[in-house]
Amino acid sequence: MSDHKRLEGDRNDSAPGDEGVNTHEPLSGVKGYAIGLALASLLTAAAFILPGTGLIWAPAIPAALVVLAIAQMGIHLVFFLHITTGSDNQNNIIALAFGVLIVALVVLGSVWIMNHLNHQLMTPADMMRMMR
Amino acid sequence: MSGAAAQVDGQQGARGHDPYALGHGHGGHGDHEATGHGEGGPASKRIITGYGFWIFLLSDIVMFSGFFAAYAVLAGETAGGPGGRELFELPRVAIETALLLLSSFTCGLGSVATERRSVFWTQIWLLITGVLGVAFLVLEVQEFAQMVAEGAGPQRSAFLSAFFALVGCHGLHVGVGILWLGTMMAQLWVKGFRADILRRLLCFNLFWHALDIIWVAVFTIVYLLGSGV
Repeated sequence: MSDHKRLEGDRNDSAPGDEGVNTHEPLSGVKGYAIGLALASLLTAAAFILPGTGLIWAPAIPAALVVLAIAQMGIHLVFFLHITTGSDNQNNIIALAFGVLIVALVVLGSVWIMNHLNHQLMTPADMMRMMR
Repeated sequence: MSGAAAQVDGQQGARGHDPYALGHGHGGHGDHEATGHGEGGPASKRIITGYGFWIFLLSDIVMFSGFFAAYAVLAGETAGGPGGRELFELPRVAIETALLLLSSFTCGLGSVATERRSVFWTQIWLLITGVLGVAFLVLEVQEFAQMVAEGAGPQRSAFLSAFFALVGCHGLHVGVGILWLGTMMAQLWVKGFRADILRRLLCFNLFWHALDIIWVAVFTIVYLLGSGV
């Protein structure tokens, strides 16, 4: 019981994924999860079905898939993890922003550097041609 | 020093010094009435535990980003072996995705039931979440076994090493999550909704939702882009 009271006291601060803190939040409870499920299903279905239909210009398909995936991650963060809906959860957001920064550095940096190296590197066939 | 002074101040009725409750917008965390400008003392254990676990999850995601980077770099290095186009079966991946998304949803319903302090429904939703997770894992193990049987195991090419490392690491997380889920059901059964059990349930919910977020990246980058649709 005292724990419940303490939760009420924390109205303006929230743990990530916390459900009960933001009682004024419109999208809490089952409704929020149902909307999240519907949106996520929609985006997933789009990602699986759209590329096969020819509705998207073929060279743009990878970009479209990445956009759909990022959108779905946003849906998960908002509706399932309740990360953006608290009234004072700056700490959670800042930690998330830092995580996104590191992930972007690691993934984009690796791809960039390795592609660059691949350009510089000669294949054995090239090497033979140069030596001739 | 100033904290202790502020606390004494608070006990002497800070409202007198602060008639408009400028420093009390939060009503305080913890047991003490807050003083100071929006500080309010240490946050409750639930907030701190959730935040700490959130940081763990982010570091886990950073670890996954390393596997994703390795996969992205090595995706083309098939060494004359089979590539994603020949190996991946999208219908199975679609079913896996649906299972994991549904399990994330039922996990959320479980947290709503926890909020309403209903042991019965929390257990039911946790059980459904676990069953969906096991079904996901069975499909994934089937896929791996099939690939290994076709001679497309992790030792075949750099592409397949990266594939098994990334997707296997996610599968391992799901497996650990299912073990954790079983432990949580047992703890809930024996101990009920104690404060520490509630915190663990919060952390478990976070973990399970995070797994689904990582799977979104896996099915997009590995399967959909890899099969070249």
